[in-house]
Amino acid sequence: MKFAFYPGCVSRGACPELFDSTIAVCEKLGIELDYKSMESASCTGSGILQEKNLKLGDTLNARNFALAEKSGLPLLTICSTCQGVMSQANARLLADKEYLDEINQELKAEGLEYKGTVDPKHLLWVLVEDIGIDKLKSLIVKKLEGLKLAPFYGCYIVRPSSALKFQENPKRSNSLEEIIEAVGATVVDFPGKTQCCGFPILMINQKNAVNMVANHTSTAKNEGADAMVTPCPLCHLNLDAYQPEASKTKNEPINLPIIHLPQLLGLAMGIEPEKMKLNKHIISTKAMLSEIGVSP
Amino acid sequence: MGARKESILMNVNLKVKRFDPGDSEGKTWWQKYKIDIHEGSTVLDALIHVREYEDTSLALRCACRASICGSCGMKVNGNAKLVCKTRIVEVSPNGEQIIVEPMANHGVVKDLVVSLDTFFNQIKRVEPYIQADHVPEKGEYIATNESMENLLTAMNCIMCGCCVSDCTVLEVDDNFIGPAALTKAWRFVNDPRDSKRTDRLKDLNDEDGGIWDCTRCMQCVEVCPKGVAPMDRIMELRESTLTNGLTNAFGAKHANSVNKSIKHSGRIDEFRLPIESKGYFNIKGIFSLLIPGLRMLIKKQSPSPIHHKNPNQSKVKNIFKNFEENK
Repeated sequence: MKFAFYPGCVSRGACPELFDSTIAVCEKLGIELDYKSMESASCTGSGILQEKNLKLGDTLNARNFALAEKSGLPLLTICSTCQGVMSQANARLLADKEYLDEINQELKAEGLEYKGTVDPKHLLWVLVEDIGIDKLKSLIVKKLEGLKLAPFYGCYIVRPSSALKFQENPKRSNSLEEIIEAVGATVVDFPGKTQCCGFPILMINQKNAVNMVANHTSTAKNEGADAMVTPCPLCHLNLDAYQPEASKTKNEPINLPIIHLPQLLGLAMGIEPEKMKLNKHIISTKAMLSEIGVSP
Repeated sequence: MGARKESILMNVNLKVKRFDPGDSEGKTWWQKYKIDIHEGSTVLDALIHVREYEDTSLALRCACRASICGSCGMKVNGNAKLVCKTRIVEVSPNGEQIIVEPMANHGVVKDLVVSLDTFFNQIKRVEPYIQADHVPEKGEYIATNESMENLLTAMNCIMCGCCVSDCTVLEVDDNFIGPAALTKAWRFVNDPRDSKRTDRLKDLNDEDGGIWDCTRCMQCVEVCPKGVAPMDRIMELRESTLTNGLTNAFGAKHANSVNKSIKHSGRIDEFRLPIESKGYFNIKGIFSLLIPGLRMLIKKQSPSPIHHKNPNQSKVKNIFKNFEENK
């Protein structure tokens, strides 16, 4: 299984642990990541550039899709926000031929054209739809029994469900829970799992953003979670890096480690925590690791 | 004449959140109902059945039963819906229990009936009426069909409150104007008969709880039963404020910083973005970034202040330049 790999800005910036754990886990899963085809791809705009100029955002995404198309490989991302922004852009481009033609005019100078054949896919979806839970289970060397995990999807990988093709792909709605169970851990359900983490307004209204972190992490903790797992590096950034501020609003330490989806798989596949930079989180993962008998 | 098709009954399990305003302690409780009802029924049909035949004390509100009046907004399995438009098989395909609660972010009057005070107070904040700069000499204000057509999406709003119920910002901040009222504001900002477009944009940009407080979570887009897509309207308001040169808000600075860094390097500059969003001379703002920023730098050695360009970045830069020239 080979993919044109689109790591996104954050896994190469503020969340290097996501990048490193993805590489290690994909090796075990037999997923070949082609870096070359997308090396000149730009940021999707993250939904922020789209606030300023939606068509410019769609043009950048069409350019990225054209690069993936040229490689002949399916497009893989490890960031929920990238997934959401790409899926929304793709839906607009494919719904209106005239719009796509106009945008392709912008790509002409570079000799690129988007024909409309790309279907970007997050690693989370590849795991449940292409690899399959059975194959995943066969690769597990250490069942994470006893570990209680709260899934946190965030927004961009669940809404809008039409652009993300949930109806056509029913496994998407329960994918994170399925994976948590497949690695032998227990799911801790809580209502905030598909709500906003607060990251998009962190620089705009920090109080609201931190209150969202406080609500989600403390609810999951009170429901008995040892850690929270997310497929979105932006959710991770807010829930992990701003949890100390969130603790202050609750007047008690929350201390809920936030782990990336590939880090969870890696632990079950026997990859050393240090290789996946589990020691580089703001909220320490030590207690969680000793819960499953792994020395940090 | 063919035989009339026999109606098939199905078993429905409801779990309803109750609240009695007469209870001095203000307690809420869950009540379960098991009923048999015709196949093809809606959640509203089931609730009315409960009220008529099982428990006359259950309070709920409905009127048209055809998703036009917007009276029957409730939370079904965690998301706001018009229950008259929601078939039981959609939310309980295999006979699963259906959880019904009053809408969130509204005060509860009794059981499933909410007060609309919060909703209409938000709507009032955006001055939801046309403010023209002249009175026509005779007859009505004239607007062409074309100039009004694009307002139809927003005008489809039936004020049911579903978007307000599930807004993730209102959950933590009741000062946010909210998705329904901001959609209403968009409708007047873009109405050719209104003369206050610039003032409206300035207010929405400057006000605490204005357009920049939306998190873009798309919850309102997902739950709106009429396809209004409130968040898309909020994004268009943001675009309009930026086009009108309103760049003082943190959100505007944030958007401009992202634009600048993608144009420069092809990716987001995570080191400069927080600083540029606050403003280089905003001492208090920069100070608020200091502790979390230092924590990140020490623990994760990221994000790096060195911001590399992607290969072939000149091609991306050219796309930006074309858009800037053809503005």
